[in-house]
Amino acid sequence: MNERTNQQPIIEVIDLHKRYGDREVLKGISLRVYEGETVVIIGPSGTGKSTLLRCINLLTKPDRGVIKLDGVEITTPGTDEDKVRQHIGMVFQDFLLFNHLTVLNNVMIGLTKVLRMDPKEAEARAIKELERVGLGDHIHQYPGQLSGGQKQRVAIARSLAMDPRVILFDEPTSALDPELIGEVLEVMRMLAQEGMTMIVVTHEMGFAREVADRIIFIEKGVIVEEGPPDEMFYRPKVERTREFLWKITELYGHRKESEPHP
Amino acid sequence: MFLQSLEYILMGTGVTVAVTLIALPFGFLLGLLLALVRVYGGRVAGYVVGFYSTTMRGIPPVVLLFIIYFIIAGSINISPFLAGSLALGIISSAYQLEIFRGALQAVGAGQMMAARSIGMSRLQAIRHIIIPQALRLAIPPWSNEAATVVKDSSLVYAIGVPEILRRAQFISARTYRPFLAFTIAALIYFALTFLTNRLLDFVEARTRIPSLHEMGEV
Amino acid sequence: MIEILLRYWPEFLSGLKITLQLTLVGLGVGSVLGMLAALGRLYGSRWIRWLAIGYIELFRGTPLLVQLFAIYFGLPDFGVTVSRMQAALIVLAINSGAYQAEYFRGAIQAIGSGQMMAARSIGMSRWQAIRHIILPQALRVVIPAWSNEPVSLLKASAVVFLIAVPDVMTQAKIVAARTYQPLPSYFIVAFIYLIVVYALSTLLNRIERRYRIPGLEVESHRT
Repeated sequence: MNERTNQQPIIEVIDLHKRYGDREVLKGISLRVYEGETVVIIGPSGTGKSTLLRCINLLTKPDRGVIKLDGVEITTPGTDEDKVRQHIGMVFQDFLLFNHLTVLNNVMIGLTKVLRMDPKEAEARAIKELERVGLGDHIHQYPGQLSGGQKQRVAIARSLAMDPRVILFDEPTSALDPELIGEVLEVMRMLAQEGMTMIVVTHEMGFAREVADRIIFIEKGVIVEEGPPDEMFYRPKVERTREFLWKITELYGHRKESEPHP
Repeated sequence: MFLQSLEYILMGTGVTVAVTLIALPFGFLLGLLLALVRVYGGRVAGYVVGFYSTTMRGIPPVVLLFIIYFIIAGSINISPFLAGSLALGIISSAYQLEIFRGALQAVGAGQMMAARSIGMSRLQAIRHIIIPQALRLAIPPWSNEAATVVKDSSLVYAIGVPEILRRAQFISARTYRPFLAFTIAALIYFALTFLTNRLLDFVEARTRIPSLHEMGEV
Repeated sequence: MIEILLRYWPEFLSGLKITLQLTLVGLGVGSVLGMLAALGRLYGSRWIRWLAIGYIELFRGTPLLVQLFAIYFGLPDFGVTVSRMQAALIVLAINSGAYQAEYFRGAIQAIGSGQMMAARSIGMSRWQAIRHIILPQALRVVIPAWSNEPVSLLKASAVVFLIAVPDVMTQAKIVAARTYQPLPSYFIVAFIYLIVVYALSTLLNRIERRYRIPGLEVESHRT
């Protein structure tokens, strides 16, 4: 577990605000994520967690606030957003694989078209990442032929191939059948152990408890509380935190027994 | 001079609207009838109507207009205006027939089953259950067809009817300002199709069945 | 009627050639215009979007015949003279483009904003995303709806005889004048169109079946 150090955070969010119409979704969010950390964001649906992630990788423009990547501000007008997104990966709830491309091409296309890599190199790298997520045997299949868990793992490989500084996970298992959730969480656990910096929005409390370095609880557009899992689960400072975490844990059952083995 | 010309062309609007108001309802009645025959009328009738549909939709409207006009004008003594309007109605009936056929089939066999199961006859079921829903489903594609008939009414130019286009041509010859004349004609047509679409949007909104699957959506 | 056909088939054939030329060129140029307009409408800046919408609505909301007259008789007003054939080609292309734009737009929207988001998330620019991710899928999905357009255009092109372009309908009028019998000539023309439409539809059906992506379909519109 990382202590907050004097090193520069990979992602820094300062006083982020975002509204849709007359609904203010983010009301001044500030946070820092350091290298190698796995930060899990939890909270009731509709509280802007997905919006927060999409602001971080500039898919959504915040109304107010600053975001920094490795100390460099990326919210200044005139920033090359495409370039920024080469360094921030994202995994979506509904996978969003490119349906007309094979698994291999899905992972390769970022390398060849965006990074202008040599095709042979790109293919080798893509295969490596696909094997890393356990899909080396499926590289010539199309997304339509895969299960949900397999699709999501391809999506993770697609992000990994770009060698990002941080990967954002937007409810990566929410669209999956229960028995397929495990294989994706397993890959995510592996990435965390290998030192990947990750920001994960999820309802999977078992994952949060076991893998997160820090948990951030967001409700109604503000951070209610944040801290290491032990604190958040067993010694939270805010009553609402305790209420939410345990309600969710009850809902999703006790995960300790049913969690996948490393 | 300009105002006189504008007025002259605008007066053609009445003719255009009249042509449309004859052709469209005529096509509606004929088309709906044929669609019912096609869907509920048995195999032979179905084939005949299918043949009619394929033929009438496989020939350019202007060609059909000429043919039907010459046939009608050859037999009875009616004005080009009336002959042309009827011809356009016959042409439109083929396209409307396909629209209603789709709508009737989209309503679904389930509705028919349900109606029969409470003792309705086939005819009653069609009249009280199927058709009302089908008509509602048909509004989006039908509004497309209505706009098309408005535009196709310009074809009666070819048989001499003094609608918008023919008047614009007259003005263009008189004033040596063809582009202006025809642009005015185009704008009038544009206004007509625009109004037609808005009117039908209004009808659709007013007759909305909540949460029912719409045929016209992507 | 058969005798007339047997005697004048060269005339009808030459007319048919012109008709097919008009349709083909109109379709081809129209597809380029249509794609540009669709992309402009969906992804363009405010001005481009308004331009695209204006183009599409104007040429879909007015009769082809009026457009034809406006161009053929109207261009000389600006000092530009075009031949009948040129005017016909121009108008058919512009007109078809407006209709095709709507087909393309429907297909692109059917592909969905999710694909665009995914493409941007790996650092692709908007243009790269459109070129490598959106369009390849959209062009497959559009085929069923789009295949209405060749047939529509073929039928619509018949009106060019009213500015004396030597298409199959003009030839029919010539033959009708020579034989003093209008109806048989027009029946022949109708028959010719039926055959060509049938052949075209069958061809398009075959193409559609080969390239279909199951589960993703777009609503079709008649011209």
